[in-house]
Amino acid sequence: MQAKRLIPLAVAAVTLGAATLAVQARDLTVVSWGGAYQDGQKEVYFKPFNATGTKLLDEAWDGGLGVLRTKIKGGSNTWDVVQVESDELEVGCDEGLYEKLDVAKIGGANRYLDGAVHACGVGAIIYNLVLAYDGDKLKAAPNGWADFFDTQKIPGKRAIRNGAKWNLEIALIADGVKAADVYKVLATPAGVDRAFKKLDTIKKDLVYWKSGAQPPQMLAAGDVVMTTAYNGRVTAANDKDKKNFKMVWKDTPYTMDSWVIMKGTPNKADAEKLLEFMGRAENQAKLPKYIRYGVTNRDATKQIDPSLMGDLPTNPANLSQAFPDNAKFWIDNIDKMTERWNKWAATN
Amino acid sequence: MRTRQRLGLLAPLAAFLLVFFALPLLWLFSLAVREAEVPRALPRTLAVLATWAPEQPVPAAVFPAMAQDLAEARDAQTLADAARRLNYAINGVRSTLMRAAREVESAPAGSVFDAPFFAAIDPQLVTPDFMAAVRAARGPVSGFYLLGALDLQQSATGAIERTPPDQRIYLDVLGRTVGISAAVTLICLLAGFPVAALLTQVQGRTADWLMALVMLPFWTSLLVRTAAWVVLLQREGLINSALMRLGLLAEPLELIYNRTGVLIAMSHVLLPFMILPLYGVLKEIPANTLRAAASLGAPPHVRFFRVYLPLAAPGIAAGALMVFILALGYYITPALVGGGGDQMLSYFVAKYTMETGNWGLAAALGLVLLVTTMALYALAHRLSGGRTAAIG
Repeated sequence: MQAKRLIPLAVAAVTLGAATLAVQARDLTVVSWGGAYQDGQKEVYFKPFNATGTKLLDEAWDGGLGVLRTKIKGGSNTWDVVQVESDELEVGCDEGLYEKLDVAKIGGANRYLDGAVHACGVGAIIYNLVLAYDGDKLKAAPNGWADFFDTQKIPGKRAIRNGAKWNLEIALIADGVKAADVYKVLATPAGVDRAFKKLDTIKKDLVYWKSGAQPPQMLAAGDVVMTTAYNGRVTAANDKDKKNFKMVWKDTPYTMDSWVIMKGTPNKADAEKLLEFMGRAENQAKLPKYIRYGVTNRDATKQIDPSLMGDLPTNPANLSQAFPDNAKFWIDNIDKMTERWNKWAATN
Repeated sequence: MRTRQRLGLLAPLAAFLLVFFALPLLWLFSLAVREAEVPRALPRTLAVLATWAPEQPVPAAVFPAMAQDLAEARDAQTLADAARRLNYAINGVRSTLMRAAREVESAPAGSVFDAPFFAAIDPQLVTPDFMAAVRAARGPVSGFYLLGALDLQQSATGAIERTPPDQRIYLDVLGRTVGISAAVTLICLLAGFPVAALLTQVQGRTADWLMALVMLPFWTSLLVRTAAWVVLLQREGLINSALMRLGLLAEPLELIYNRTGVLIAMSHVLLPFMILPLYGVLKEIPANTLRAAASLGAPPHVRFFRVYLPLAAPGIAAGALMVFILALGYYITPALVGGGGDQMLSYFVAKYTMETGNWGLAAALGLVLLVTTMALYALAHRLSGGRTAAIG
């Protein structure tokens, strides 16, 4: 008899457990990339916004469209404002994972740089994938991607991200393609072959990184003589760990991350308030002190401490040498390129 | 009555496993064969293509149907999913389709949506290859992802063939996964057996301390241990700098971002899973069997190989199987200390689930890994004459 009574109890317990997982009224939650970057955002955006009276929680994530799709389609989304990469912005917008952006509510389109306002999001930061090396260890400074691929001139291991994106571009540039023509060449099968062939030439000297925190560690540990790295991570290591890491900006890809509002959030009005707050010039101007990423408000750059400008992607001296990442190309080609890359990386 | 009582006691666990394990797992694996995106977004196109065979010319009626489908699917936000699915089959078609939908919607009233209309957007859209790809995704199920996970594909005519050489990766990865797991199991056995044997010999305080040393890594987070190995193994890490200071090395060894690093770190992480089952069996071996063998004149190596080892076999089998199966599913450790050629199958499952959002392929790869694991388990079970059932 006891057994009979236990079964409905068990069913009830399981159902109740599942029910409590469902959405409840919650505080506004913003999600960014963690680490030194999010620490800086906390100081200049999140804490001051909290002080205006709207309670704000912050979480970190590592990116990935699959994560966002699970949240929206699984029906248990707990995020409101999320920082996403350019391809996640584009594809997620098509898939209906984000709210459409009402730019009038966040300060109007004129407030932001050209290209920073999207149907589903607004630019947060601009950053480059630079060539980085340790100025204390490497006496002969590399002068661009051609030197990165020249193991005669600069012997030793090099680190690149484990993935096709941006590695094919720099391989082509090292092979003599002009940065402006890179995506034209990559659009042809012969261009892709050419990029992989160029990567072949340094394959035995390559190691791969996965997260943005690794390249400065690899440089510091002496595992590699040069690496590709996100520019903000490099200067953060210099500031924090008193390193003498140097960067080459010539022909480096830059891209923009954006803020999006997750579809169906109950906190949409507060989310817009947060975006408006984070889009103000006086707030954005404070960010580079913590991490050297470019900001998207037209007037913010003028208010940034000039001593920080040298390492900023939006510094005209750096920007004019760089080339914009082509998100559309990668959205279309990432599947095939990823397969080919994995095949390539796995064979010697 | 007693049976029913027992069943009742099991009911909460059974219900829990059903709701939070069995059903999600089934749902996940159904993703490996389900084709929902294209039928949802392009129903009219598929209806026209139903009577079409890839050798025939593309029927003209398909284009107005496609125009209507594209416009409606775009409004319903189902087009992006379908375009992503078709992009797996035809590289680059994703943005072509999204663009075509925009063009259809912005076309002036009275426009004729025929082959030239779509050819002007992109010639690809009127090819039999494109139509065949759409038709292949008509659902409700297909072997597209499962074939892909085995480096196979279906040609436009329906024949199953190998994928082009530069896309064949998953069988290699599967072989590598099994290979690394087997090597880790062997290392764990060689390193763990003496420890387990020692544990049965010592008593009191020493035994407690030894046991604590075995268990300590067991209680530490996997991520922490892996990160610690990065610090130890790197080029100017503790191991290399110590060996160089002692004058044993002139050049630092390459211990990390390659297979060596993966084997060292994974063996360390999994060692307790070898030692504990082994210890459990070894401590039950009566000491007098060895003494009896000795008194009958068996030298030490005969005592070990003819008496001790056969008695230890169930422990070895249990420990080896535990380590091997756990190793098959590893991905964080190889991702952090391995190189490009050391990533295991779970790495790709995680990548496709979290990053690119190709859940079909992720599910298919997961299914391949599960089937491989179960087949190897069955094989081990067979070979060991059923002795491994204890941990199953």
